Amino acid sequence: MPSRTVSHGSSGRLRGLFLVMVLVFLEGSVFTLAVASSDQRSPTTAHSGGHKATDHGSHNNTGKAFPVLDLNYENVRVPFEISLWVLLASLMKLGFHLVPHLSNIVPESCLLIVVGLLVGGIIRGTGETVPPVLDSKLFFYILLPPIILDAGYFLPIRPFMENLGTILIFAVVGTLWNAFFVGGLLYGVCQIGTESTSILSRIGLLQCLLFGSIISAVDPVAVLAVFEEIHINELLHILVFGESLLNDAVTVVLYHLFEEFSGIGSVTLLKGFLGVISFFVVALGGVLVGVLYGILAAFTSRFTSHTRVIEPLFVFLYSYMAYLSAEIFHLSGIMALIACGAVMRPYVEANISHKSHTTIKYFLKMWSSVSETLIFIFLGVATVAGPHDWNWTFVTVTVILCLVARVIGVVGLTFIINKFRIVKLTTKDQFIIAYGGLRGAIAFSLGFLLEKEHFPEREIFLTAIITVIFFTVFVQGMTIKPLVELLAVKKKQEAKRSINEEIHTQFLDHLLTGIEDICGHYGHHHWKDKLNRFNKKYVKKCLIAGERSKEPQLIAFYHKMEMKQAIQLVESGGGIKMPSAVPSTVSMQNIQPRPPTKPAAERAIPQLSKNKEEEIRKILRTNLQRTRQRLRSYNRHTLVADPYEDGLSDLLLKKQKMFQIEKKLKEMNTYLTVPAPPPDSPTMCRARLASDPQAYSIKPASNKVPMIQVDLASPQSPDSVNLLDEFGQANQQEEEEQGLMMKPPSRPREAKKPGEEDEAKDQQKLMRCLSDPGPSADEDEDGAFLP
Amino acid sequence: MGSSSSSRNKIPNAQELMDQTGFSSAHLLRLYDRFESLDRDNRGYLSPDDFEALGGLAMNPIGGRIIDAFFSSGIPWTFPPLSGFWLISVQLTETVTKKEHSKSSPTAGPGSSNLYDLDRDGKISREELLQVLRAMLGLQVTEEQLQSIAERAIQEADLDKDDAISFDEFKKSLEKVDIDTKMSIGFLK
Repeated sequence: MPSRTVSHGSSGRLRGLFLVMVLVFLEGSVFTLAVASSDQRSPTTAHSGGHKATDHGSHNNTGKAFPVLDLNYENVRVPFEISLWVLLASLMKLGFHLVPHLSNIVPESCLLIVVGLLVGGIIRGTGETVPPVLDSKLFFYILLPPIILDAGYFLPIRPFMENLGTILIFAVVGTLWNAFFVGGLLYGVCQIGTESTSILSRIGLLQCLLFGSIISAVDPVAVLAVFEEIHINELLHILVFGESLLNDAVTVVLYHLFEEFSGIGSVTLLKGFLGVISFFVVALGGVLVGVLYGILAAFTSRFTSHTRVIEPLFVFLYSYMAYLSAEIFHLSGIMALIACGAVMRPYVEANISHKSHTTIKYFLKMWSSVSETLIFIFLGVATVAGPHDWNWTFVTVTVILCLVARVIGVVGLTFIINKFRIVKLTTKDQFIIAYGGLRGAIAFSLGFLLEKEHFPEREIFLTAIITVIFFTVFVQGMTIKPLVELLAVKKKQEAKRSINEEIHTQFLDHLLTGIEDICGHYGHHHWKDKLNRFNKKYVKKCLIAGERSKEPQLIAFYHKMEMKQAIQLVESGGGIKMPSAVPSTVSMQNIQPRPPTKPAAERAIPQLSKNKEEEIRKILRTNLQRTRQRLRSYNRHTLVADPYEDGLSDLLLKKQKMFQIEKKLKEMNTYLTVPAPPPDSPTMCRARLASDPQAYSIKPASNKVPMIQVDLASPQSPDSVNLLDEFGQANQQEEEEQGLMMKPPSRPREAKKPGEEDEAKDQQKLMRCLSDPGPSADEDEDGAFLP
Repeated sequence: MGSSSSSRNKIPNAQELMDQTGFSSAHLLRLYDRFESLDRDNRGYLSPDDFEALGGLAMNPIGGRIIDAFFSSGIPWTFPPLSGFWLISVQLTETVTKKEHSKSSPTAGPGSSNLYDLDRDGKISREELLQVLRAMLGLQVTEEQLQSIAERAIQEADLDKDDAISFDEFKKSLEKVDIDTKMSIGFLK
């Protein structure tokens, strides 16, 4: 909640920072000790095998007293160290946000690498060998999948599909270009620029090309880490990010290809041809594996309605299996993971419970966050640890070539792509795309995987890779944010997906499909429409449980939005004390986070049966008795009309309305959203304050306020001042017909909406009045907001 | 495509049309062929039943409206105006992408607004919105749900509280939707 963090103050932050530093310090020292002790123990463990107890016992004579307190680190060494690392990573993440301003200037990834360097330095400083933490197996099988799954599961499908052509061209052609350009020119430089005795000249062409292919891949982890903080518009984000994901296929193929070739030593045309074919196999195979597992996951989730607790587990397991299965066949694991996540998501989300959805979301975020942090820290440690062979020529040429290749590649490809795109990519866009081509830990791990026998120059490569990574992450990562500001690149608009957007987008889709039909042109929309129909007709029936398979997308979307708002309302407004008039307006603003809210949102409410309502009313009446009486005693104007005191109602209504209008006039500018207080039965508003969570989805009639403003001069009765469509009519009708009864369900258009709207407002008012403490404040408030 | 001069002669005022619309001759030929295949009884202009014969349009929930929109303007749909219409979809997106969103969002303009606004009063009332929703969602939803969606949509978009969405409000509510990318039909050149 914003208010709480504000109250924290700078002193609180410093204190927090201090505590975190202490923790880290403790942890660091424990860690070093652990490393030290583990090294000492390892020779002894080699001897004693599993008999730790006897190991201890052998030091002492037999017959010694039973060891009450014993130190046995070896048993827990591995899990202990892992936990220490993860703890360190998480504390770092905490700490960065406590340091004021740091996270604005330096992206987190840089800070984490620095921390890794520090830790590595400390370990080395104490004389121990730095553990080889960025082991390729660890990286590829444990650290990378959560990040990719998180990306794939939450991939925004629509922009991705719309830009798929562009993304593919950048990923495939761009990476190929980069690899060959860098590799080739590097080879040239090595041969020409140095003496023939230098180690550089011994690097063969294939090795150079392999190096080129390793270094040319844009890294999804780094891109995610940096781009997350700069909030650029969706198009650029999806372009760079999509490219970083899809170029994995190219990287895998090139890597294996060149590794194979440099091992064997001969290149034939046939092998080249096979290489091209293997690219398609790798990419499409990966996607196929992913889709298969995705469908399996969706199908499984159809039957989980009785065991909701393990639903998230299925999602994770199937995705991980997809990744591993793809890796078995040397297919692109990343593409499998993305395909799996993207395919299973719409169906799984329709099947699982809301809590499972939250669980999945937060587990994925948590894991990917920890993974990312760990990766960067390990990069730092590995830099300190890894055997280095610094070669000025090689490293600088590599860095320069990478940059140049990227720029030329992007510009050249954009030129071609723009011929086919409707929305062209501007120069600014191109610059950001080129600048956002960050390299990261994948390149390092791939380099680490190289075997020493085939690649004697492995260390040179590793050093160069690390330098490029550092350069891109530090220099480009740090400067991209100011550059984005400087170039005034379009930022991400706060996505408030309104139902209007959804309706109109669908409408436009239909329209364009229609036009395409007329033109006889089977384009983008035509196929999308066909896919949607197929999906609706066959796939959804199989994969989605029960009724929801028939739910059209618009309705599902609508329900989702309602739920979200209901939850927001409960979290921000329900039961919070609103001590005085002014803060209460503030919290009212919080309650209505989106001004254009909809009073008749209680679509879910009609499901409340009459009996239930009666029950609720009874409960509430008994509990709220006191409040009502107290209010009554203060101000006749604010009498909460009793539903059973019908006679009073009309008069009170009129009086109250006049009063309210005056109040509104005065308070208009202070309120962002003030619900117009339509006179209505308080029991209705109490009825709404039910345990039924959906009842909370009141959208107070915030829109109504301006209307009152407008119509004040009207000579008509105060009733019509409200002049909200439903409301004005509702009130008038109400006045005529039934005073404070519930709206008759027979109203022509808006069956229950007016009632609900009223109830909505009443509920709010009620919430306020429930928490009003003092009389004077109460008076004003009641005057304004209670019937 | 073998667009020889003879086939180009089929199309009246071919050169003029090409200059006007900027389509290539192969393109124009393709459109003309389509026109001829649509125009079943060879009247030389299109009529509503020609369109209705199209299977795709029949399945399209707003197919009827599209047809109406075509023919309500009273233009006899011989080939030149038709090609002009097709041009609009392509051309407008290009003007829009020249970053003139605020001034002219013609794609979200009278064209699509008229497809919603059946009674031509310049506003989309709740009834009209309901009809659109009914058409798109069909029989799968209850009347209540439709009404609440329409209600919500109007609430969100309706800024001057006249319980109808005027053209400006319509445009505003769609400003987040990237209209240019949506309203685009990529013709093969």
